[in-house]
Amino acid sequence: MSTTTLAGVPGVRAARRPGRLARDRKWALWGSYAALSVFVVFFLIPPFHMLVTSFKGSAEVSSMVGNPWLVTHPTLANYIELLQAPNFRRFFWNSIKVTSSVVVVTMCISVLAAFSLARMKFWGSSVLATGIFLTYLVPESLLFIPLFQIVSALGLTNNAWAMVPLYLTLSVPFCTWIMIGYFASIPKELDEAALIDGASWMQMLFRIFIPVAMPGIIAATIFAFTVGWGTFLYPMAYLYSSDQMVLTVGIVSDLIRADVFQWGKIMAGSLMAAAPPVIIYAFLMDYYIAGLTAGATKG
Amino acid sequence: MADGATLPIGVPIAARRPGGMQRFMRQRSTIAFAMCVPLLAVVISLVVYPAIYAIYLSMLNKKMTRFVGLDNFSFLLGRPTFQMVIFQSVLFAVSAVILKALLGFVLAHLMQNIPGRQQRLWRGLLLVPWVIPLAMSTLGWWWLFDPSYSAFNWVLNAFGGPSIPWLGATWWARFSVILVNVWYGTPFFLIMYLAALKSVPEQLYEAASIDGAGFWQKLWHVTLPMMRNVISITVLFSLIITFANFDIVRILTNGGPQDQTHLFATYSFQVGIQSGDIPLGAAVSLFMLPILAVFAYFVLRGVNERSKEAM
Repeated sequence: MSTTTLAGVPGVRAARRPGRLARDRKWALWGSYAALSVFVVFFLIPPFHMLVTSFKGSAEVSSMVGNPWLVTHPTLANYIELLQAPNFRRFFWNSIKVTSSVVVVTMCISVLAAFSLARMKFWGSSVLATGIFLTYLVPESLLFIPLFQIVSALGLTNNAWAMVPLYLTLSVPFCTWIMIGYFASIPKELDEAALIDGASWMQMLFRIFIPVAMPGIIAATIFAFTVGWGTFLYPMAYLYSSDQMVLTVGIVSDLIRADVFQWGKIMAGSLMAAAPPVIIYAFLMDYYIAGLTAGATKG
Repeated sequence: MADGATLPIGVPIAARRPGGMQRFMRQRSTIAFAMCVPLLAVVISLVVYPAIYAIYLSMLNKKMTRFVGLDNFSFLLGRPTFQMVIFQSVLFAVSAVILKALLGFVLAHLMQNIPGRQQRLWRGLLLVPWVIPLAMSTLGWWWLFDPSYSAFNWVLNAFGGPSIPWLGATWWARFSVILVNVWYGTPFFLIMYLAALKSVPEQLYEAASIDGAGFWQKLWHVTLPMMRNVISITVLFSLIITFANFDIVRILTNGGPQDQTHLFATYSFQVGIQSGDIPLGAAVSLFMLPILAVFAYFVLRGVNERSKEAM
């Protein structure tokens, strides 16, 4: 790294102080590591503390003595009890059911619309594309009151399935937006060739656009998953019985309902709820970051 | 659909028959529109309609039997609790976004110094706060702030310091909710700024070095102008998201102590859903609309400029 930079600097300078530049670079590197370590510690404190607490038995937590950052008698009891508790399993199942429906429906809607808006164009399509971006900027806290009225009027209050259409308001605009970007970046020659070969629009979409834009599809799917799994306001407002709750609201309201907070269990439940997105990101982070930065910085 | 056979043949035949070409175009735009119908259905029925409905709702009385015009809005503006909500929302959003933007900028520069292979690992570690569902990590923070067994206070006490009422005293509670938001949101800025930094051509820095520019001069004259657009889009976008935040305050303080930490979202939840005054709740959340609209306008302008540059 340092040699290439030195080569770029005029010979005189490089010759005069070669050692100093290299030394500066080394210090900059170690300084960066040190500073980043501080941030990593700050960022990992809450999950670490959650993990420690989740291994504590209820006696150890409620005694409230000793070092809270350490666990003296580690136990998996919290995890086992939760996994055996019917209500927690119910939350998990509801989350899986809602999230997978949101992902499937979002991707169908977004891919079709993005293909149409990026390639086919019709009267008003560019206005619609802008409108989609604006919709993405509408936060859920602006809509949950009128949606509450609409959901009640339809008799869907306290119904986990009602979350699916509601979550679409959060997932569809962004997924469509990034898919428009990915589709628009596919060279026009490709679809002309396909048209000459006699492909229909649908064939073009499924045989060419979807395979070529696979990174975009993965990024959009991860986003839809994130929305479906982590949204808190809508289920908090519309779901109130344990059998209909999804994980986020289930852990927050059902596990905390008791008089004595069972912190070990709450932390274990939160970590189990956080596990699926963390695992997905661990493997597919690059796709998601590419999609996110492309969505916000390019058209 | 009988015309479907002529559709794919495209240019050669269409050139021979202008009428056919016209029909082809018409059909193409019809298909295109049909493909957007599900999207339009979602946007119109679940975003546009509720938004308009919210405006209507906000002009009704509590029992929703009578039209009261702008009474709900003037009632809210006259209430000290709501004035506090406006103050706290602005304080929360502005200070959290400034901190996130600064930390994200510093982090992106630090990451830029790390060689490529290591960068992935560090980036993965730094993204953890942003990957955990916010409601779940806020529960973790809540436990860290617990009044009787706060892990932070334990450390402070170990060093001989006093215990801090993290969520019990007004200004500490305000500090805590901002801290959690900064913790959660900084990784997003890191990602955006890192991507922008990587896109600045190395030659510009080399040229600046040759001209004798120091670190700060390079930062001011090369990095910032090149990142201007991404910085403004990210900041405005984050302002919208932070302004409308619900999860953190709802879980950590639920607006307390004495409604001092309520944001628009949590206050409208309390008024509209918990106390059952739907119109007043709608009015509270609608106060966000003008502010959000201004931010959204500038984000959109930034994105459009950006895509013109890209072309």
